[in-house]
Amino acid sequence: MTSTATSTLTRRIIPCLDVTNGRVVKGVEFVDLRDAGDPVELARFYNDEGADELTFLDITASSDSRDTMIEVVQRTADQVFIPLTVGGGIRTTDDMKQILRAGADKVSLNTAAIARPELITEGADIFGRQCIVVAIDARRHEDGSGWGVYTHGGRRPAGLDAVAWAARAAELGAGELLVTSMDRDGTKEGYDLELLEAIGRAVSVPVIASGGAGTLDHMVEALQPGRADAVLAASIFHFGEFRISDARRHLRAAGLPMRPVPGQDA
Amino acid sequence: MIAIIDYEAGNLRSIARAIEAAGESSIITADPADILAADAVCFPGDGAAGFAMRALDRAGLIDPIHEVVRRGVPFLGVCLGMQLLFGYQEENDTHGLGLLDGEVRLIRGAEKLPHIGWSETVFQRGLPGFDAGTADYFYFVHSYVAQPANPENVVGVTTYGEPFASIVARDNVWGTQFHPEKSGVRGLALVNSWIEFVRASRLTEVAAR
Repeated sequence: MTSTATSTLTRRIIPCLDVTNGRVVKGVEFVDLRDAGDPVELARFYNDEGADELTFLDITASSDSRDTMIEVVQRTADQVFIPLTVGGGIRTTDDMKQILRAGADKVSLNTAAIARPELITEGADIFGRQCIVVAIDARRHEDGSGWGVYTHGGRRPAGLDAVAWAARAAELGAGELLVTSMDRDGTKEGYDLELLEAIGRAVSVPVIASGGAGTLDHMVEALQPGRADAVLAASIFHFGEFRISDARRHLRAAGLPMRPVPGQDA
Repeated sequence: MIAIIDYEAGNLRSIARAIEAAGESSIITADPADILAADAVCFPGDGAAGFAMRALDRAGLIDPIHEVVRRGVPFLGVCLGMQLLFGYQEENDTHGLGLLDGEVRLIRGAEKLPHIGWSETVFQRGLPGFDAGTADYFYFVHSYVAQPANPENVVGVTTYGEPFASIVARDNVWGTQFHPEKSGVRGLALVNSWIEFVRASRLTEVAAR
C-alpha cells in the first residue's frame, strides 16, 4: 500500500459546555447569537469555528435534567456533524444507551466509575471502548507526593491515586481519559504538565487535558508528545479571549499537527 | 428507502441525519424484511466484532445482508461496519460477513490505541466529489484495521502507526473506517458521494427492467 510513512493524526481542540436543565450555564459572551444559552446554537457556532469535537457536561445531573439533556443531544446531532461527548450523572449502561442513541458518540464517566469500576467494562463491552471516556479530577497532595482523585467538584477525596486510577480505568476499558487538574481549574495558569506526563507514562490510551488554560501557549505546552492528545477548554473560548480558529492556527504555527478546516485553512 | 442496520450499538442518529442532509430518507431497523426491501443499506458500527456478529445473527440479519449484496444493492459499512465486510476478525477471534476478501487485525506500530481523532485519507482512486491523489481529513475511532486481499478494493489510505485501508469499494460494497457522519463538511461530502452511487444504481435497476 502506498502512503506517507508518518502518522497524520492531528491534535484536537474540544470546547466544553456546562449545561443544566437544557441551558448553558456560562453563555458565550462575544458573538451575536440569538440565544447564547442554547447549547445547540453554541454547538453549531463552535462547529463552524472548526472545533474538532464537542463536550456537554450536565452539571446538575438529576434524572429530570437528563431527560432534558437527551433532547438537547438529539437537536445537536440533527445539525452538528462532529463528535459529541456527554457527561454528568451517567450511572448505568441504560443511561449510556439513551445518551448514545440520542446522538452522542461518547459518554464521560466520573463518580459512577469510581463507585463501581466495572461500569467501565460493561460500557466498553456493549458500545466499544472508544465510546467510554473516564474523567479524572485530580488534585496535588499538599506534600507534593502525587495527585489524589476528587469527586463533587474537587471537594471530596475519593481515596485514589490519580495515576493509578488512570491506569486501572484504561485497563478496565476506557478508550480515553479526560484529566482535569482541580488545582489549575479556573486559574488560567496553564495545564498541570507534570500530571499529564505522569498519566501519559501510565497509559497507552489518548489523554485529554483540562483545567488551567489561560493562553494559547498553554495549549501548545499541553499538546507536546508525552503529555496530552487533545485539550478541553471552556471559559477561554466562551468569553471571547480566543477563538477556536485562532487557537488552531497558533498550534499549527507552533509545529503541532492540526486538521485543516475547509473554508478556513484550505 | 435506505435501511440503516440497527444492532443495538451506539449512535445511529447521526448517520441517519447525514443521509437526510444528502436528500434521502432512511429507516433505522433490525427487521430482515426492511433490509430485503431497501434499495440501499448502511451498516454503521461501533464496539466489538464478536458482539456485533452475535447481534446480527440473533436478529436473523446475516442471510438478508448476503442476499441484498448479491442482488447488487448498494451497501455501505462504516467503522466496525467496514471491518465486518471482511472475513476473519482478530478481535474476539471471530468471523465477519466475508463480503470482501481479507482480514481485520490490530493496528501495528502505533504508540496509542484506540486511534481517536482526525487523520488524513489519501484517495488512491476517485469517487464523486473526490479526486484520486487528493487528501481529506476524517474522524476515526478504532483499534483494528482491514487488510484487503485485493489492492484494487482500496480507495483511500490513512497512516496511523502503519498505512491502512480507510475507504474500500468493490462494485456495490463500500466501506469507510472513519465516521463520515462525524467528519464535518468533507464527511458529508463523502456520504453524498455514496448517495450519488445509490441514485445511479436505482437508474440502472429501472433500465434493466
